[in-house]
Amino acid sequence: MHGNGRNIERSQLKWGYVFIAPCIVGLLLFNFGPMLYSLFVSFTEWDMITPARFIGAANYRELINEPLVGTSIGVTLYYAMLLVPLATITTFLVAVLLNVKIKGISVFRTIFYIPSIVPIVASSALWLYIFNPMFGLLNSIFRSLGLPPQNFIFSPEGAVPWLVVMAVWMSGNAVVIYLAGLQGISRELYEASELDGANAFQSFVHITVPMMSPIIFYNMLMALIGAMQTFTQVFIMTSGGPNNASLFFSLYLYREAFKFQRMGYASALSWVLFLIIAALTAGLFRASRKWVFYENK
Amino acid sequence: MQLRVKNSVSLALLVILSIIMVFPFVWLIRSSFMTQREIMTIPIKWLPAKFGFINFINAFKVAPFGLYFLNSILLAMVNLVGQILSSSFIAFGFARLRFRGRGLWFALLLSTMMIPYTVVMIPQFIFWKTLGAYNTFIPLALPAFFGNAFNIFLVRQFYMGIPKDYDEAALVEGASYFLIYRRIIIPMAKPVLCSVGVFTFMSCWNDFIGPLLYLDKPGLKTVSLGLQSFIGQYSTQMNLMMAASSIAILPMIVVFFFAQRYFIEGITFTGLKG
Repeated sequence: MHGNGRNIERSQLKWGYVFIAPCIVGLLLFNFGPMLYSLFVSFTEWDMITPARFIGAANYRELINEPLVGTSIGVTLYYAMLLVPLATITTFLVAVLLNVKIKGISVFRTIFYIPSIVPIVASSALWLYIFNPMFGLLNSIFRSLGLPPQNFIFSPEGAVPWLVVMAVWMSGNAVVIYLAGLQGISRELYEASELDGANAFQSFVHITVPMMSPIIFYNMLMALIGAMQTFTQVFIMTSGGPNNASLFFSLYLYREAFKFQRMGYASALSWVLFLIIAALTAGLFRASRKWVFYENK
Repeated sequence: MQLRVKNSVSLALLVILSIIMVFPFVWLIRSSFMTQREIMTIPIKWLPAKFGFINFINAFKVAPFGLYFLNSILLAMVNLVGQILSSSFIAFGFARLRFRGRGLWFALLLSTMMIPYTVVMIPQFIFWKTLGAYNTFIPLALPAFFGNAFNIFLVRQFYMGIPKDYDEAALVEGASYFLIYRRIIIPMAKPVLCSVGVFTFMSCWNDFIGPLLYLDKPGLKTVSLGLQSFIGQYSTQMNLMMAASSIAILPMIVVFFFAQRYFIEGITFTGLKG
């Protein structure tokens, strides 16, 4: 029996690595390998035509002194700080509203989910037109309500906030996740609190929110990582303008790498972005200990 | 939550929010059928005088959307096959076998979800360009055969729910682990593999930055990339732009309505067990 156990152990070891081999190759070839390589490239000057030249920390010195780096970090953080709380609250409340058993509720669920599966290039085109100051949907509504027309994403102060509005429209994914979580909360908890005389609002605060806190945390984390990497809609809709008001970090990095062929400098930028995201994520994890409630702990 | 939400206030709120959510699509469709003159009228006309397909026909005439469709579908299908094969295979190792190093590799795999694409984008680009794969589909298709964290995690969670008795019974019969994977686990995992399939199709169809980096020949463009250059060229002709956008959106809507179940189940599964 003992020998048999050891055989099984050995065969599981062998087969285990056979099964995860493609994954190991993928991790080394497409993730950790490139990361290390990019760290190396960040200490060089390289246009991909002439050979790379080692220049020490010069790229990092340059990015510290480059005003556009600060601008683009500011724009990206501003966007993330607006979007993450706003999207978290709205998607959560929509999910709460959707969590009822009435006929046709799945139609509503579909309505909130669909914008998140639309190709982002297409939604960028659509919102470009919605935001159009002359003929767009929003100003048409504003005019018919007698409100003054706006310049939306085409104004320096409006660019980021209106991109946030568009992003909230696209975050239906989180609604579906919340909804599944809400349906998993045991009914008995609510019945017990009702017996104790709690009203609907009190059960929401003391049962729904704590029970959902791990899922809220997960969605916030995903929203944060996504927001920090915003690229496509800005690339298409504003190209960073007006006056760099929507110069997101990824857009700045893309320009340096693929327009000006500055692979070394852009790699240094990418490490800065990585460190910022890592720090924010770590901060979110740390803060989560105070408010995220895990049932089985 | 038991807000006694059957009350009309929350239903009314839902209806209002839904209208706001749907309105951009109404605007999209309405504008796709308008003439340039109708678009430019102030105060605006809410509906076109007649519903003709002229904008769609013109969009296909001025840009090769047929070709873009073929390219996108080809890429999406190869990715779909690659992701289903790799995630079902790799997840078997992580879910149903016990061996040293398993936890470490799994943790490393999950950690890649936190790596921003921007960090690996440049070195990967250099890698593929050096290999001569620039302006081919290879950089956009080959990686699918090595799995990705999200899909492997999703399939692994599903496999964990299948009782181990099946494997043990098959082992006693003398089956190899590969046979167990092929004959027992895969047939049971069809729903989750369908979820992987629809997610892959969707993310591939919607991907913009990948094609933007690697495809520079007009003949290779995907729908998203083709639509982007179309927007650049016809930004003043909003009716054409909207018709072209509708063309790009339609396949996703069709896929969603046929595979709704797999979308919802897949999202639910990762979100809750994550």
